[in-house]
Amino acid sequence: MRLPKAKPASPATRALQVVPPSGPTGWLTTFTAGAMAFLCVFALALSLASGRLADRWSEALARTATIRLSAPVEQVQIQTDAILAVLATTPGVASFRALDEAETRALLEPWFGPDLPVEALPIPRLVELVEADPGYDAQGLRQRLAAEAPGATLDDHTRWRRPLAEAAARLRLLGVLSIALIGAAMAAMITLAARAALATNAGVIRVLRLVGAKDSYIARAFVRRFTLRALGGAGVGAAAGMAGVAALPATDAAGGFLTGLGFTGTGWLWPLALPPLAALVAFLATRRAAFQKLRELT
Amino acid sequence: MIAFENVAYSYGGGELLTDVSLRLAPGSFHFLTGPSGAGKSTFLKLAYAELKPTSGRVTLFDRELASLTRDDVARSRRRIGIVHQDCKFLDHMTLAANMALPFTVSDRESDPQDMDDLLSWVGLKHLADALPPQLSGGERQRAALARAVIVDPDVILADEPTGNVDWEMSLRILTLLVELNRMGKTILVATHDLNLIRQAKAQIQARVLRIAGHRVQLAGADL
Repeated sequence: MRLPKAKPASPATRALQVVPPSGPTGWLTTFTAGAMAFLCVFALALSLASGRLADRWSEALARTATIRLSAPVEQVQIQTDAILAVLATTPGVASFRALDEAETRALLEPWFGPDLPVEALPIPRLVELVEADPGYDAQGLRQRLAAEAPGATLDDHTRWRRPLAEAAARLRLLGVLSIALIGAAMAAMITLAARAALATNAGVIRVLRLVGAKDSYIARAFVRRFTLRALGGAGVGAAAGMAGVAALPATDAAGGFLTGLGFTGTGWLWPLALPPLAALVAFLATRRAAFQKLRELT
Repeated sequence: MIAFENVAYSYGGGELLTDVSLRLAPGSFHFLTGPSGAGKSTFLKLAYAELKPTSGRVTLFDRELASLTRDDVARSRRRIGIVHQDCKFLDHMTLAANMALPFTVSDRESDPQDMDDLLSWVGLKHLADALPPQLSGGERQRAALARAVIVDPDVILADEPTGNVDWEMSLRILTLLVELNRMGKTILVATHDLNLIRQAKAQIQARVLRIAGHRVQLAGADL
């Protein structure tokens, strides 16, 4: 027996076949999804890296503070002792120590050379303190220092830290915004592609309705096709993007922000979420477009 | 099966059909005739829910058209075989796949034996693997008829099924319709071919509906 022609068993596969193959234009959806996923990987790397940077700056600088003492020579030791006494009774200070002359000299060496007579110069004494968790009350400490050691100034690095952390946070926001825009642009493009495909196949849809196809059946044929294309395209795009990020030069000690761009540890899992996400976007966009279009036809 | 009650249909301009009331009883054979543009196709479209009446009630299988959802319409059409004037096939699929389409879209399997019998019945067995554009007008009409009956519908609506074929082929298609009617199917054929109607009346009890002056009337037995 020759009839009917041998067909694949699954009804879902046959649902795909009732819509004629779309040829080269179908590749545009795959390409778009791929390009978008590729870009998304970099936006993701940017967000994650700036997030890490913001955390690092906030944390490293927040943990330490410096008290600078500028006082007349005969007052220095008295006020230093006063500062240490104040710190010893301040809750939220994990540890503290006054920098000795050798350390002070080491700090200044890059600027003034090794032969600097530190003793002869009115160089401020420095006291380094490390914050505990929860931290100390900076305002209260300042007031107590002003009372006990008038020549002391507390520098908790807020001045440096805040703009850097803000810039990094803003950068992260831009990254997240880019990802959202890329997703929206992909949804828009897939909607347009789906609408074009539906318009091209209006005749096919009419035939299918005539022989008793439900809207959901017709929509499924289109939705499956676009979802699979987006999944495939985004898979290739994300893989290429990850390879690109992995090929960036490794971070070294002197490396600044740029070489820090990349994924660390579980961060590598994020780009893996892109293909399913792209498929989901394509699924929802095509489904919406299909039902909208079908309502126009009887 | 299908009933019209005071149905009117108007396009943007004026009324095309007005005050149409009739019932297609189970097992009946009706012809629908009238000049081109009189509204034969519109009448058929109302009968298979492609159009909704602007006033009055159309009832499909005891359910009012206005109350049907789009899915209800799809389900109703699985009980109505429609032979369209221009056949309407999917050109990228083989004839056999096109004929199985009513099964495919309802996620059911077609019985290969039934398909084989049906193709033999319409004389297209040798063309099962052909694509629709490769078929002649008469072959397409017969294939459309075969597709309309494959799901064993209760009603068959045919719009000018002999419009593009010669007389000999017209008679062949008529014979197929008459056979279906003898099997108990309700049949409505829109045609402007009076010879075909005369030929049918010689073989079977057929009633003739004529569209004149926007109304559908039962024509006398004298036709």
